[in-house]
Amino acid sequence: MTGWQWDIDGWIVLAGILSAVSCALLGNYLVLRRMSLMGDAISHAVLPGLAIAFLISHSRSSVPMFVGAVSAGLLTAVLSQTVHRYGKVEHGAAMGVVFSVLFALGLILIRQAADHVDLDPGCVLYGNINQIPLDAIGSALPPPILNLGIVLLVNVAFIALFYKEMKISTFDPQLATTVGIPADLMHYALMVLVSVTTVANFESVGSILVIAMLIVPGVTAHLLTDRLGAMIAVSIIVAVFSAVVGHVFAAFGPAWIGLPGSTHTSAMMAVVAGGLLLIAVLLAPRHGVISRAWHRLILSLNIIRDDVLSLLLRWQEVRPEGGRPIRQAEVLAAIGDSPLTRWSLRTLVRSGYVMLDRTGRGDDADGMKLTASGLSRATGLIRSHRLWEAYIDKHFKLPTSHLHLSAERVEHYITSEMRDEMSADLTSPQHDPHGRAIPPEQGEG
Amino acid sequence: MYSLRTARSLLALAVMLLVSVPAASPAWASGEPSRSRSITDTSLQWPSGETLARVLLFRDYNTRVVVIGTTLLGAAAGVIGTFAYLRKRALMGDALSHATLPGIAIAFILLGAKSLPLLLVGATITGVLGVFAVIGLRTIPRIREDAAIGIVLSVFFGVGMVLLGVIQQMRTGQEAGLSGFIYGKAAAMLAADAWLIGVAAIVVVAGCGLLFKEFRAVCFDPQFASSIGVRVHLVDFIMMALVVLTTVVGLQAVGLILIVALLIIPAAAARFWTDDLRMMTILSAVFGALSGYFGSTFSALLPRLPTGAVIVLCAGGVFGMSMLLAPKRGLLAASYRHWALRRNTAYQHLLRALAELEEQFGEGAEIPSARLAGARRWSPLHMRSCLAAARRRGAIERREQDVITLTPSGRAQARRMLRNHRLWELYLIRHADIAPSHVDRDADDVEHVLSEGIVRELEDELTDITGVPPSPHGSRSAS
Repeated sequence: MTGWQWDIDGWIVLAGILSAVSCALLGNYLVLRRMSLMGDAISHAVLPGLAIAFLISHSRSSVPMFVGAVSAGLLTAVLSQTVHRYGKVEHGAAMGVVFSVLFALGLILIRQAADHVDLDPGCVLYGNINQIPLDAIGSALPPPILNLGIVLLVNVAFIALFYKEMKISTFDPQLATTVGIPADLMHYALMVLVSVTTVANFESVGSILVIAMLIVPGVTAHLLTDRLGAMIAVSIIVAVFSAVVGHVFAAFGPAWIGLPGSTHTSAMMAVVAGGLLLIAVLLAPRHGVISRAWHRLILSLNIIRDDVLSLLLRWQEVRPEGGRPIRQAEVLAAIGDSPLTRWSLRTLVRSGYVMLDRTGRGDDADGMKLTASGLSRATGLIRSHRLWEAYIDKHFKLPTSHLHLSAERVEHYITSEMRDEMSADLTSPQHDPHGRAIPPEQGEG
Repeated sequence: MYSLRTARSLLALAVMLLVSVPAASPAWASGEPSRSRSITDTSLQWPSGETLARVLLFRDYNTRVVVIGTTLLGAAAGVIGTFAYLRKRALMGDALSHATLPGIAIAFILLGAKSLPLLLVGATITGVLGVFAVIGLRTIPRIREDAAIGIVLSVFFGVGMVLLGVIQQMRTGQEAGLSGFIYGKAAAMLAADAWLIGVAAIVVVAGCGLLFKEFRAVCFDPQFASSIGVRVHLVDFIMMALVVLTTVVGLQAVGLILIVALLIIPAAAARFWTDDLRMMTILSAVFGALSGYFGSTFSALLPRLPTGAVIVLCAGGVFGMSMLLAPKRGLLAASYRHWALRRNTAYQHLLRALAELEEQFGEGAEIPSARLAGARRWSPLHMRSCLAAARRRGAIERREQDVITLTPSGRAQARRMLRNHRLWELYLIRHADIAPSHVDRDADDVEHVLSEGIVRELEDELTDITGVPPSPHGSRSAS
């Protein structure tokens, strides 16, 4: 393949887009209904349906194949429900039993017929999307494209017509039943559509892409948004992107790294979709790995800063008249020396809560002192800590030695309003249960 | 050839049941298989007696290797599958097996040649990566376990297919064997491969034997296990490692799509028969081994049967039989229990209706069956079968066509039922404050399960009642 040719690559990309989008639309609901593996199971289990339809009708025309595959798909849903309910087998395992046995059956049937038919088990997995342009020769619209287009239209129509019903029965089946939406019917309608979509995709893109496109775009979108409409939109974007980029990589990727030829477009589409999911997993604004790690980092930084401030105040408390300032080495030893602690010390100095006292000599050379604003924050923290201890001591029968740990955890989250409430509840106490003075509330510093 | 006719018919029947092909022309009856098959010819070609004897008696070296290998594989998968199944990790095996494909492809690309052990090392590496990917994805807030499995399965497999596509264009000839890993190619099994499976089976069985207590604790109650000092993560890791080992050595025989069936199905089938973990493990191993044995034997006997698929179908057959026939949890046993319960309930309802009618007609009276039919909404058919059953048990006599009388023993039973029913009604009225018109329905259900102990307690509560109390809401047959 030398370059992009619209009459070849155009058709392939179009087929990829049609099939990816039709799968992704349904996939949103599968993911939300925690039925991702049902897509997997059905796409394996339609195989015997196809084979039996072929063996009975002796033709590869669409209608028998369609009927066979849809009944096999429904059979999977019903059988795994039966095995789960009456056999008391766990849901996932029940599905595993049903789809693997059906797939094995399909494999045997296909091998029985394979001598004379082009119903090749390999095609089942990755399809022959690259054949589609050949079908286009001599006709305006290749049949596979037509099939995929019809399926996509059916799926779009279903979701558009039953948007509200699907939404309610997905998120709250009980509510759906009470307001008169048949949740079971919706479930089986979805199963039928998944089977239909799977069959239509089988020939052109293969079952692996079906599984990938049923699950991956939905999950990716679910990571990025909380609204169903937006989720569907994002999943469509993911599907289209995967189809286009997947084909480009498959057709030209091997050449870029110095290998001959091209590879399976549909498999590459699955890989691209996986790559997009990986990016979403890393970068998603709220649920992504990086943003969560960042928030955890900020949180622990703030906790260390609070710990340092209260340490400095406690140091001052026991040395009321002057005395030497605490050394940086002592702070590090008390809090625990780590890059994070050193960083938080630097930010404390930079934001003006702590100043370095360089008047001392020798070991006292880098003493640390609270500034006025630092003193105000530290007082608030100590006040929170000791009020909490007094409050817990009043309301719960805990040994006095157990109070500190709880206060140590909670002090970072106590606001001045909560302090006022606790103080009112305890009628403005002067001392905590350990006998230490509770400092008065300071003005905002 | 004719002497083996019976055996072959039986075999044919078994396979027909398993495969359920709508085979129109039974070629085994007409003898010689024809060489030119028409497109409509979907029959199986049945083996000659000679082939049958050679396969069944292990005379054939290749068959011997394959049958022994798959039997051992089935046993090993059954053993470790039991624990994976109970730990609810069964489908993790599916993600794992699909994730082995890129490893196989990469090993092939790097080495440029097929060397089974090295390909399996590659498979192990990416398989384990796949398992870690599932575990990692599960920790992301919006991704649930089932989605994580589906993602890893399809994306890793996609990577594998991309690499296979590249390999296909790189060389010719060599790569053909790689697709054998997808659907399995047991016929390609060498003695060394069977040995490998044997060693793996020993490791798996020994591992499960040594860690039996830990596995049991982790399967049934991980929190409890960790509180008594079991290192749950380590035990889980070892369990998963044994699953990986079984999967990887089984790839060649069964194929990566279907290997998960060997992990799940024997274990799920064994669960029907027993509540004892030790027994379940043994049964599961036996089921797995039988599936392996029969699957590979069938596919050696008949042409064009993919071994892995036949093994899985055999396992599916075992599962179906277990689900139907198991004594306690099986469907037949359950529906028999259900049927017996309903029959007994109907019998007791009949007797109580007769006792109520005797209150009107007088003791020993001849009760017209038309009145009985009015007592409950019974269909004539149901009524006839109930009456027949009651006569068999000696509770009633039927002197004329439409007239029924209670026998003395039947009367005793009937009055006891009636008494229990009324005691319960009175108890509900007095102690649960339920309106007299509403108690009949409830007592109808409860009367059958009142044990002697409960009846005695009811008598203690309702001390003023002796004999059969009158109905608190008026007799039904009178109303």
